[in-house]
Amino acid sequence: MAAEESYPGELKYHPEHDWARIEGDEATLGVTWFAQDALGELVHFEPPEAGATVAKDSTYGEVESVKAVSDVVAPLSGEILEVNQKVVDAPETVNEDPYGEGWLLRIRLSDSAEVDSLLDQAAYEQLLQDP
Amino acid sequence: MWDAVGAWLASRRMQTLLRTPLRERHVAAGARLVPFAGWEMPVQYEGVIPEHKAVRSDCGVFDVSHMGELHVEGPKAQELLQGLLSNDLERLADGGAQYTLLTNERGGIVDDLIVYRLEAGHFLIVCNASNRDPVYAWLKEREIRGSEVRDASDEYALLAVQGPRALERLGLPEAKPFTHAMGSVGGVEAMIARTGYTGEEGCELMCPAEDAVELWDAVVQAGAVPCGLGARDTLRLEVCYPLHGNDITPDTDAISAGLGWTCALDDKDFTGVEDLRRIKEAGPERRLVAFTMEEKAVPRTGMAIAGGGEVTSGTHSPMLDRGIGMGYVAAASAALGTELKIDVRGKDRRATVAPKPIYKREE
Repeated sequence: MAAEESYPGELKYHPEHDWARIEGDEATLGVTWFAQDALGELVHFEPPEAGATVAKDSTYGEVESVKAVSDVVAPLSGEILEVNQKVVDAPETVNEDPYGEGWLLRIRLSDSAEVDSLLDQAAYEQLLQDP
Repeated sequence: MWDAVGAWLASRRMQTLLRTPLRERHVAAGARLVPFAGWEMPVQYEGVIPEHKAVRSDCGVFDVSHMGELHVEGPKAQELLQGLLSNDLERLADGGAQYTLLTNERGGIVDDLIVYRLEAGHFLIVCNASNRDPVYAWLKEREIRGSEVRDASDEYALLAVQGPRALERLGLPEAKPFTHAMGSVGGVEAMIARTGYTGEEGCELMCPAEDAVELWDAVVQAGAVPCGLGARDTLRLEVCYPLHGNDITPDTDAISAGLGWTCALDDKDFTGVEDLRRIKEAGPERRLVAFTMEEKAVPRTGMAIAGGGEVTSGTHSPMLDRGIGMGYVAAASAALGTELKIDVRGKDRRATVAPKPIYKREE
């Protein structure tokens, strides 16, 4: 069952509809409710290779629905610590729980100053209102 | 200056999408509306996958009022159509329907359509929305004395009610596939045809445009799940029904597309028949095959198949939970079980040539 629309206040957002949960020098990344709703039920997550790095504003993977495929953009740079195998096996987890079980990657940040350039909840919601 | 104004007017016209009589119903039901073949159409309501599964397990309803309806009438109507359509109308009696192709001089496919025989000298053609104007023009230009072609698309609404419980839910009697009769659903008079585009039992209901809302409400009240064009596409692809513009076009022929069964090559002459006979005799150079993915990947229209082939339709199959598709490959690669490599955004992904239909209900 699809999740209700929400944009949690404790997350940081990238204008390409990605979120980051910062925990010290690590971050968990995913796509926002808006992104999963626009795509529809996800059927495929193409994750990056193990041990790779991601670069802020660059594509690191693809999420795909019945209708469309979309690049996933990294909100922050870093080294990949973990890919969410649950989403690889059951991509619809992203629709059901985009900010919880449906996370995509965990990374170790290479430049924690990058966090300052991300949007907070209010700024992201404003962007959705007035793109 | 006037060129600029003309371009602006043209762009304005481009933005003016046609609407079916059911648009307000779709909006109220929470549909996501998208432009399709010049129409504003629902692509999904709740979601493609639940809608798809509703049709496979029970019953769904699609608004397909965007499709074209043409009347062909007169003592010479059959003679006109026999010379233009690939299938043999001699096999069609009153109350019958036939899947057939409108072919060009090279045997290419102008459109695929269903022709309904209403009575002797009166046929109804239902064609693809995107081909309504070219099909009408093609037939109109070739009218012969004693035949008249009329575009009646704006007068009708068309609902496809599909699924194993469709007839039961509508209180309709069983009937043979490819038959039609007038009848009543929820008090609305409609032409009820045992045709569809999902591979399931069910019917298509054609009624006057002004009765569309009443008919839609009655069908939904009977328990049919509103379904959008997204599910229509995944359903038809699972059972390998070709989509005109993708799998078949004016540049592809019926033999290569596996539609030779719709062509009465031995029984009559029609536009492009010599080319089709020649292709059949020599064997086509390439064939439209169905395939299933062996790796986690979703094939999409336009992706290259190693060896010079191309994907013409691709999606994620909700029933098989894997990528499926159709595409043209060299005839030598068309045998069942042949391994194909599909270029999915730069990565070769393995697929296998599969029997048509790709999905079949387990008995």
